[in-house]
Amino acid sequence: MKFWPLLLAYLTRRKTRTLLTVGSFAVSLFLFCLLATIRAGFQSGVQAAGADRLVVINKVSLIQPLPLAYRDRILKVPGIKEATYANWFGGVYQDERNFFAQFAIDHTTYRQMFPEFVVPDDQWKAFEADKQGAIAGESTAKRFGWKVGDRIPIKGAIFPGNWEFNLVGIYKGRRPNDDLTQFWFRWDHLIEKAPEWAKGFVGWYTVRVQPGADAVAVTKDIDSRFANSPWETRTQSEQAFMASFVEQMGNIGFLMTVIGSVVFFTLLLVAGNTMAMSVRERTGELAVLKTVGFTDLAVLALVLVEVILIALVGGAIGIGLAKLFTLRGDPTNGMFASFYLPPSAMAAGAALTLLVGLLAGLIPATTAMRLQVVQALRKL
Amino acid sequence: MALPLVYNLESVRARWRTTIVAILGIAGTVGVFVAMLALAKGFQAALITSGDPDNAFVRRAGATSELDSAITLDQLRPLEDAAEVQRTGDGPLASPEVVVVAALPLKKTGTDANVQVRGVTPRALEVHKAVKVTEGRFFQKGLLEMVVGRNAVRSYKGVAPGDTLRLGGSSWTIVGVMDSNGSAFDSEIWCDADLLNSTFQRPSGVYQSVTLRLVSRDALGALAARVAGDPRLRVQVERETDYYAKASRMMTNMILGLGSMVALVMGVGAVFAALNTMYSAVAERTREVATIRAVGFGGGAVVVSFVLEALFVSLAGGLLGCLAVLPLNGLTTSTMNFQTFSHLAFAFRVTPLLLGFGLAFALLMGLAGGVPPAIRAARLPVTAALRDL
Repeated sequence: MKFWPLLLAYLTRRKTRTLLTVGSFAVSLFLFCLLATIRAGFQSGVQAAGADRLVVINKVSLIQPLPLAYRDRILKVPGIKEATYANWFGGVYQDERNFFAQFAIDHTTYRQMFPEFVVPDDQWKAFEADKQGAIAGESTAKRFGWKVGDRIPIKGAIFPGNWEFNLVGIYKGRRPNDDLTQFWFRWDHLIEKAPEWAKGFVGWYTVRVQPGADAVAVTKDIDSRFANSPWETRTQSEQAFMASFVEQMGNIGFLMTVIGSVVFFTLLLVAGNTMAMSVRERTGELAVLKTVGFTDLAVLALVLVEVILIALVGGAIGIGLAKLFTLRGDPTNGMFASFYLPPSAMAAGAALTLLVGLLAGLIPATTAMRLQVVQALRKL
Repeated sequence: MALPLVYNLESVRARWRTTIVAILGIAGTVGVFVAMLALAKGFQAALITSGDPDNAFVRRAGATSELDSAITLDQLRPLEDAAEVQRTGDGPLASPEVVVVAALPLKKTGTDANVQVRGVTPRALEVHKAVKVTEGRFFQKGLLEMVVGRNAVRSYKGVAPGDTLRLGGSSWTIVGVMDSNGSAFDSEIWCDADLLNSTFQRPSGVYQSVTLRLVSRDALGALAARVAGDPRLRVQVERETDYYAKASRMMTNMILGLGSMVALVMGVGAVFAALNTMYSAVAERTREVATIRAVGFGGGAVVVSFVLEALFVSLAGGLLGCLAVLPLNGLTTSTMNFQTFSHLAFAFRVTPLLLGFGLAFALLMGLAGGVPPAIRAARLPVTAALRDL
């Protein structure tokens, strides 16, 4: 590229402007990635849901319990491979603001049902051996500085009293968007200490259908078995179950994305306009280039490359910073199960940058290409 | 001596293209900033207006919300008999309440939402004074009837007056619509507390909360002291407004946190746009500035003049942004409140204070974008700049 020095001279001609334009692109792309991360955070439960898992809850609502006795009856339904159950605990660790999900889980079946959560074998053995044992997700452990061996006091709300757990393990996720904020302890421990009304009941069941089985038929089969009982069930795919939470969160995520996108394009407009302005200012110089023998196409390419270079450098900085920012973890402290910038969003951001750079450069570049040398020089 | 403002207005007009882009950048930022504040404010307001400062809200000690609280009948009696509780000819103004969450399909998407169903007594309307029945009638004690909040009628399928709703193994008839001026009660469904307890296989005579109408606003302290001194009552007493303010805290903080994060990033972008506009204004006016200096204006006057120009641009952007979000005021949206585990409809609230914040934010961006170019303008060497002529 023998034109590098020329290109470099153009870029350093007005250093502040070049820096500001690069900065504008960086900020736009940072914002784009941030919004994509927030959006992915809202959706992460749906994305991470297991395709062959169903969730069985009380038909009235998730808060109403189901009898423990349903477990054996569910397992008899043809097409079901395995079942596990859990309870929402809803306790408070030190302060109400320190929210994280706490589940009482069946330690004999839970791990097999959720292979995406990785617990080292020795830690799981310790969990099986210790009735007061607990396992925390990596991000929750990091948030409160917990280490294996710590004693975690949690104040019960639904299940009154002061509860203490021994942290015997920390789980990691198999995929980057897995929820690493949960806290598990043993269901048999919960029920032992729980008030009378809770005994013999579980919060919900998660079941896995056999490969090849018709999940829709299985769903209907389960619900029909418990129809007209005092505890009717509602079975749905894990994905639909998670999606109903997202739907209820409603417009918040949607609003944020829409408003943010409008502003994102405004910022890009700003950057594009600045670049167009800088080309307009150089009409005379471009005419001189043409006079000394540059072809129309060479001038077009020169301007386009300059503009796209600015866009790409700015975009790369923005995307890079956003990635670093999201790696630091969820800034809202626990509102998002996962705070992760998906690579697809980064790719989309890069493509957008290129597109806007191209569009912003095209008009001034064609103007430069069509420049009538004589007329342009007359202006000097 | 100061430069006349007409000079700045004229120069803004001469560079209208870049000026418009800068104005749009600031308008967009201010608009999003104010919209986020209005969203958080509206959510908070919906919950806070559910409470009444003249009411005391009682739940089990240690319970984080109504859902995990329990008040037994033998705890209710001494509460009702407390001297701080207002009474009428029919007895004390106390409302023992039961709350269950029912999954009802959203009209918009067809997916289920968690709706709060509140079991109350007919006295509830005298305790929650803001709640008025606007259509049909209130439910009758002992009948499977329900009254639906005005936002619930709009949001969920199958709860219009006249509909029959199957819930907990019973069929309930919707007999009326209630309106509490946009508070959280408008997203709820009310019915007879004892019937709700029995259809949901809950122990009878156990409520989740009791709301008491106080004899006067400052009787709360005395009531709290009386409750603390009674060993039968393991409960916590709070002003109803305080309880609801706390119940809105998590969601409000989240909206404000995310909103300000996004607004901050956008603010940086808008400042870049303002800087670019002002720097190019300075660069194009090198000769003008030199001339102004040559005829005797000081460096300070030039700085003030350019900063004023930047502030003018940002103010225009701020006003535009505020105007753009004004129509949001009163617009109803909904979300899930994690603290009560239920779906809640609320309206955006664009208040004058929030608009003021928006304009202040705009001026701050104008200042950040205007001062460095203004200083550059004032530092231009007069002789060199004039030599260019």
